Amino acid sequence: MSELATDREIDRSHMSVSDEVAIEIAGMNKWYGTFHVLRDINLTVQRGERIVICGPSGSGKSTLIRCINALEEHQQGKIVVDGTELSNDLKNIDKIRREVGMVFQHFNLFPHLSILDNLTLAPIWVRKTPRKEAEEIAMHYLEKVKIPEQADKFPGQLSGGQQQRVAIARSLCMQPRIMLFDEPTSALDPEMIKEVLDTMIELAEEGMTMLCVTHEMGFARQVANRVIFMDAGQIIEQNEPEEFFGNPQSDRTKLFLSQILGH
Amino acid sequence: MSDIGFVRKEMVPEQEPPASTTGVIGWMRENLFSGWFNTALTIVSVFFLAMILMGLVPWVLSPTWKAASLNECRDILHEMGREGHYAGACWGVIRDRWVQLFFGFYPADLYWRPIVAIALLGVALAPVLFSDKVSPKLFWFTAIFPVLFPWMLWGGAFWTPLLVVAGFVLAYFVYSYVERVASSLLALIAAILFAVIWFVWGVGTVSGVVNTSLGAARLDGQLEQVTTEITRLEAEVARLDGEIKTAEDAVTAVMEAGDSARESGGDAFRTLIAEARVPRNVLGALRAEKGIVDTNLSHLKSYKRRMELLPELVEKLPGLREAAAVARDALPASVSHVTTEAGLDKFKTRISDEGLDILQDDMKALEAVLKQENEVRFTEGSIDVTYADAARIGLRPVESRNFGGYMLSITIGVVAIAVSLPLGILLALGRQSNLPLLKSLCVGFIEFIRGVPLITLLFVASTLLNIFLPPGTNFDIILRVIIMATLFSAAYMAEVVRGGLAALPTGQYEGADSLGLNYWQSQRLIIMPQALKISIPGIVSSFIGLFKDTVLVSIIGLLDPLGLSNAVRADAAWNGIVWEIYGFIALLFFIVCFSMSRYSMYLERKLHTGR
Repeated sequence: MSELATDREIDRSHMSVSDEVAIEIAGMNKWYGTFHVLRDINLTVQRGERIVICGPSGSGKSTLIRCINALEEHQQGKIVVDGTELSNDLKNIDKIRREVGMVFQHFNLFPHLSILDNLTLAPIWVRKTPRKEAEEIAMHYLEKVKIPEQADKFPGQLSGGQQQRVAIARSLCMQPRIMLFDEPTSALDPEMIKEVLDTMIELAEEGMTMLCVTHEMGFARQVANRVIFMDAGQIIEQNEPEEFFGNPQSDRTKLFLSQILGH
Repeated sequence: MSDIGFVRKEMVPEQEPPASTTGVIGWMRENLFSGWFNTALTIVSVFFLAMILMGLVPWVLSPTWKAASLNECRDILHEMGREGHYAGACWGVIRDRWVQLFFGFYPADLYWRPIVAIALLGVALAPVLFSDKVSPKLFWFTAIFPVLFPWMLWGGAFWTPLLVVAGFVLAYFVYSYVERVASSLLALIAAILFAVIWFVWGVGTVSGVVNTSLGAARLDGQLEQVTTEITRLEAEVARLDGEIKTAEDAVTAVMEAGDSARESGGDAFRTLIAEARVPRNVLGALRAEKGIVDTNLSHLKSYKRRMELLPELVEKLPGLREAAAVARDALPASVSHVTTEAGLDKFKTRISDEGLDILQDDMKALEAVLKQENEVRFTEGSIDVTYADAARIGLRPVESRNFGGYMLSITIGVVAIAVSLPLGILLALGRQSNLPLLKSLCVGFIEFIRGVPLITLLFVASTLLNIFLPPGTNFDIILRVIIMATLFSAAYMAEVVRGGLAALPTGQYEGADSLGLNYWQSQRLIIMPQALKISIPGIVSSFIGLFKDTVLVSIIGLLDPLGLSNAVRADAAWNGIVWEIYGFIALLFFIVCFSMSRYSMYLERKLHTGR
């Protein structure tokens, strides 16, 4: 087995950012009832970018990325994903969800289906891939996340880290162009965080466009080309990781960094 | 050097548990005698159990299987020296009446049909209940069974179920065609509209055409066949009459011997009564057989008469129609708009109330015309019926009023169970819907049905429904009861399923959404399998409750086992029987309900996928 990606030098040969726009968010606002949860969000993501979003809890970072694949509805502004504008049209929503993969904090695997069925479900029903082909794709990605031997087990029989890797493989089976990660390591034991981060780094090395909500600052330094800091529903600061960690501008960012890096 | 430093050098090996906590002794100590209070409880429980068994077992083990009446049972027990109210059960009633308790008044020569239907029910359920053990190819049988089952029970021409299947197939084609040229919502509406038109109007028209053409072609052959059958049955009746005469003579002989023996009294008399049982039983069986043959014979004779009259009626019909039309045209303007008896009555009251004696003649003319029109209608009707009878290739029809017994309970229960689950799921989904109108409709329906006792719904089915429906519609009573029981059960099912839905974490919905599954896909593939699994105990409870509730139909006059038990108890021979017959009915229900309960536990174990 090769060395864990978290411990070695990152291979940056495929990690180029193109000029093509993957996601464009302009003047976006969102309310929960009367609570203004996202305020005037403007964000453009180029294809191949790896963005880490951090911030204190309740700052709206999860809500932001959940708006991108319409798990949450935004009330104002514009979100364009891969050239398709997110509107109330169900066809557009379905189209965007097919192109955007998502990994959740609590994995959200389907406990009544075997690992293999979890992976083949969406390709078979949404992409109409023949079962055999879907299974080949599934095994390919299971090997990629290094747990092909678990294919016939059920999610309940796997450890948290393994489940999260299955969840990543499940998203990849739909061959998405963009991946969203919503605190993928927050529910895991320290021993398991590493194996999940490892998978994510390998994904980044292949040039996947990624938006990660995470507090793993080591990961941010290693692979991100942009770090965004959010607070109170607004983007407070964004910069390259070197600048962001080494020379934060806003006081709020400084306080946050001192709290999470200080201990 | 620190004192608290410790490193284990060797691992502790696995050891057996202490002997006093394993084996029979260990189990008893743990579960029966774990303290003075529990020991006392154990002793008291064992005492009560023994008391109950000592009373019950001798009562159940009573050799009265062959008795033909309650008095005979008492005699048998008396001879054994057992006296009193609880001397022993009288099982003769079960031997005598179990067939009736199972089939009600279903024609005895057609018992094979419900038996085969229920056996096939097992085949149809197998791929649903044991999907891991039975080939999924059997599903085609499950798919056609909903049409096959009623056809086997109620009978009729074989194309009636085919026309029903055709309705679904055609509706599907309509759906897929409209979906291609327009939207799927429009397609759904078009398909439902088509199905309604087909079932209300299309099936009757098509089978009418088939009946007339096929009936005319088969008429002569049928007539010949019926004539031979009548000759055969008449010979049968003559034979039975002879045998009945012999049996009656035998009974009379014993009775006469009994009369003389009674004077001498004692044991001789008792022996004679025992001897009389055999010829009496023979006589009873013969009479029952003759009853069946007689019914068949009179049915065939009337059928034959109708067939013989048919050509005459067909010839007469155009003339009658024309005469009626001419007569109607000739009616004076004052009454020409009246076409029904009710209209005539209204007209009559107007004449008498307002003293319009001038119109008396008009009224008489109208009366004559209505009479003519009635005759036309009657002739048409009897021609149709006879053609339908002659054309029928299939099973002999059995009317709903002959249904009864456990067969009826199973029919109502199975259909209501099978329909109420999908209906309940739809209601539960509707209740969670974002569409306010759909949601309030579902909530209203569920809360209304749950707020009303089943028995009132059954009364509505048996009486009020006829008032609301247009006059002349003949809406089968069993079908009405099934519909009410289904709606009742579906409302409860909806709440049980909603409980299952509520127990699912929202992450499951989000997981399905994020993969791009649409609403119905995620419901079918992700949400329902899990929600239904959680709800299994509740669903099966509802099923069991529904199945037991089918005995309530006895209150609206359907003869389910409980309804029949009254008939049995009214029989002079069994007057005074209580426990045996209710115990037997309870046992029948227990077997099915307990099986359902066991199955649900098996299913829960099977679906348990670790955690």
